[in-house]
Amino acid sequence: MADDRPRKPEDNSGVTRRDFMKVSAVGVAVPVVLGSVMDAAAEEVPIQGPGKVPITLQVNGKKLSAQLEPRVTLLDALRDNFDLTGAKRVCDRGACGACTVLMDGKPVYACAILAIDAQGRMITTIEALAEGDSLSPVMQAFVAHDAQQCGFCTPGFIVTTTNFLQKQPAPTAEEIRHGLSGNFCRCGTYDGIRAVALAHAGGKQS
Amino acid sequence: MSQYSWPDPATQPLLGKKILRIDGPSKSSGRAKYTYDYNPDGLLAGKIVRCPYAHARITSIDTSAAEKMPGVKAIEIVQKPGTEIFWAGDEIVGVAAVDEGTAEDAVRAIKVGYEVLPHFVSDAEPPKNLAPDTGPISQDDFESMEDNQVPDDEAIAILKKQGVSFTADEKWYKSMEGEGTDPKVIAALRAAKVLPPSESKSPYKRTATQKQGDPDKAFASAAATHEGVYGVPCIVHCCMESHGSASEWGGSNDLTVHISTQNLSGIAAQMAEPLNTPAANIRVLQQNIGGGFGSKFAADRWDIVAAKLSKSAGGKPVKMMLTREEEFEVAGMRPSAYARVKLAADKSGKLVAWQSNSWGTGGMGGGGTPPIPYIFDVPNQRKQHTAVATNQGSARAWRAPNHPQAALITMAAFEDLAAQLKMDPVDMLRANMDILGPRAKTYAEELEIAEQLMGWKQNWHPRGDKTAGPVKRGLGLSIHTWGGRGHNSDQDLSIHPDGSVDLKVGSQDLGTGTRTIIAMVIADTLGIPLEQVTVHIGDNRYPPSGGSGGSTTVGGVSSAARRGAVDARDMLLEKVAPALKAKPEELEVANGVVRVKTDPSRSLSWKDACAKIGAVPLTVRGKNPDKSKPPDLTNSGVGGVQMADVSVDAETGIVRVNKMVAVQDCGLVVNVETAESQVKGALIMGISYALYEEKILDPVTGRVLNPNLEFYRLAGLNDVGELVVHMMTGKGYDDRGVIGLAEPPVVSPGAAISNAVANAIGVRVPFLPLTPARVIDALEQGGVA
Ligand code: FES
Ligand code: FES
Repeated sequence: MADDRPRKPEDNSGVTRRDFMKVSAVGVAVPVVLGSVMDAAAEEVPIQGPGKVPITLQVNGKKLSAQLEPRVTLLDALRDNFDLTGAKRVCDRGACGACTVLMDGKPVYACAILAIDAQGRMITTIEALAEGDSLSPVMQAFVAHDAQQCGFCTPGFIVTTTNFLQKQPAPTAEEIRHGLSGNFCRCGTYDGIRAVALAHAGGKQS
Repeated sequence: MSQYSWPDPATQPLLGKKILRIDGPSKSSGRAKYTYDYNPDGLLAGKIVRCPYAHARITSIDTSAAEKMPGVKAIEIVQKPGTEIFWAGDEIVGVAAVDEGTAEDAVRAIKVGYEVLPHFVSDAEPPKNLAPDTGPISQDDFESMEDNQVPDDEAIAILKKQGVSFTADEKWYKSMEGEGTDPKVIAALRAAKVLPPSESKSPYKRTATQKQGDPDKAFASAAATHEGVYGVPCIVHCCMESHGSASEWGGSNDLTVHISTQNLSGIAAQMAEPLNTPAANIRVLQQNIGGGFGSKFAADRWDIVAAKLSKSAGGKPVKMMLTREEEFEVAGMRPSAYARVKLAADKSGKLVAWQSNSWGTGGMGGGGTPPIPYIFDVPNQRKQHTAVATNQGSARAWRAPNHPQAALITMAAFEDLAAQLKMDPVDMLRANMDILGPRAKTYAEELEIAEQLMGWKQNWHPRGDKTAGPVKRGLGLSIHTWGGRGHNSDQDLSIHPDGSVDLKVGSQDLGTGTRTIIAMVIADTLGIPLEQVTVHIGDNRYPPSGGSGGSTTVGGVSSAARRGAVDARDMLLEKVAPALKAKPEELEVANGVVRVKTDPSRSLSWKDACAKIGAVPLTVRGKNPDKSKPPDLTNSGVGGVQMADVSVDAETGIVRVNKMVAVQDCGLVVNVETAESQVKGALIMGISYALYEEKILDPVTGRVLNPNLEFYRLAGLNDVGELVVHMMTGKGYDDRGVIGLAEPPVVSPGAAISNAVANAIGVRVPFLPLTPARVIDALEQGGVA
């Protein structure tokens, strides 16, 4: 599962919700040997919550603030508090990719990150990928290849695909298969999505 | 007399072409709003206390601690102490609170006492020698028969023979009719004798044996007989958007409901009674839906609870969306179906006899009877089915109810028999054309096309890939059918004096392209560009339209749109005729002008023509069906052929689908683009259930072991090979009228893939999904490895 990909503890706010749950299962007071959490504990960060705390997120170039409980995920904060509903809640545990947003330019599952830990990171959602009122080239390609049916998985897929094509502008079919397999679509739009990525590569089939 | 019949697609700018969906940009940009996204100020979060036991009786409910929690705004007991609960996850208490976290805390603070009762969750083969059940049909039995689309004749025969154990009120009859129960079945239900309910505590309900011809004699004289067991487990819809709704009450006892539904126009009637509110006061809204697949026709109990909670909370909006785990436990599944089959043919490969003992579960209701043998009208048959009642959330219609199961059971037995006869299954199918029923000609034509697209002749080999190396390749085949007649649809079409055009219909677009199809039909009929037509759906204040189930939407909405647009056009021509000094029947519309047919230079632009309408828009009601405006523009009955090409690693048991070919008929194809997308989607869903999907129940706890998307696996982009879709068009197809497409192409993939795997490894993997473990088990029984 994509959720189990090893995560580099890049800085001390890289705690995923899964890590968080592992920690809280052991008890907050017990020191835990788990890279990022260890660092945080060693710096004697004041205990936050369980009540609401002020949280400020850097989303789509804007500072957004709210009073949130520390247990609130980035996804729920975006959707419920800031009405950025493009990222969808489907599995709510890091399995489907419908909630994908960019964090410091990397695609992440927003349901698997706590809002409190996303502070100080640069968050980009689907809403910021459209250029004003006109669609981004990847969005246009999703329309042109009919790579959407109900559309519920589409924003997550577009965020993932946009990032993937930035990194790999001319992917092979094989690279597409691997690069875009972290999202699920129940309506079955994968053929169109592959066509989007292949067209971006200039129709290069391998 | 106006000409309502479908024009030849060759003469039309849009009809039968590849047209991109008009709501594509709103979805791609992430701006499309779904029920889950409804987010007004003051929104309360709804959550439900659910029963953790698969069978229990509620002994006590204590909500006092939750009531005192700050932020908790309303609590609603759903089922009272004393009530028997039949599946884990059933609703006990509803809570509304200021946010989800608080609502979850409140759920945890509510103490419910249970007397735990024994449960049964196994759909393994029933004991032999069960006596057939001849007891009366209960209300639940009947509803589940309808949910599972038991054929009308069969339902009528059962009601006549076995009677019923309930008396229903008029409202219930009405609601069944509203949900599509045939009036003939309703009549049989009313006429059925009422008997005391049967006392049996057995989970098994066996039907009487059905016999046709002389199976014993036919088996005795057959050239080849094959016996096998095949089956498909329960699987879950897994709509990406979970079930749920948001309700809020306005000043004069008005309710507004945002709901994720396939049945927008049917929801108010379903909510009226439990909420004791006139349906006329209930406004139902939905712009987009994140998948339904048959599981979203009802106002569910959680929707009613949300509305009640809202009322107790002073009318504030309460949103209640199911979690993924709740989806798996209570929001529907496809029933399982298994069968021991005996199938015989003469030496030409023609089927002569069928015998089956089938069983399956759809929860407490038992599940539907798969229509086996599927499509083949085998002359001599003996069959019998046992419905197994299990303590799990009820089955719901799942895209083509009962057909995928029937196709797997039938087509697997068919190819196994072909292998025994050392025949190419394509040849054997051809040998059986005269027992393939009304769509035989379609299958014959499709088979030829599929054969070419798959390269069947070059690539097929007798069972068991004999080439060296662990990876074995094989091809498999299946056929399918479906009805798909268009449902009832009323629509209001307005041409405005400024030339703009809009249509209002209480329908929904499941991602199938419903909006686009309506706009295409109107634009073509009025001779204007697609962009000039606005389609409004998703509001029950618009004229009613049927639920989107059973592939009925496209036929219904396109037929009504055509009739309305023809009437509107002809009324417009009447108003314009004097200005062009012509009779209305001498005029035509095309390319955005109204002109004289014989002298196109005498014309008015669309805008100038519409200016003649007057001060208010010209509005007409288009309907389907409408006997006063012939011909019938929709039809029923389609055929499809699919072929699969797979590779199986005989060392690891991993199956990969290299290629799927789908050749599909759906009468007149309105939009080839969205039709092909839908067939591809069906193939992908088919690959998913063929290889991965299974709802697993724990026999000890009676709970779902994999109620999430990590352990209930869906196909991802990496799991899908090449997909080739061919839509049948032209003579013999276009002239049949518009027929639905959502169900048929999802029927065959499981059977075709299972057959391809058998062809690759030389042995049958009897049950779906074709997991590595099952493949290895089968290989241990023989095969090529
Ligand atoms: S909702 Fe976040 S991965 Fe599924
Ligand atoms: S388009 Fe419906 S889930 Fe992907």
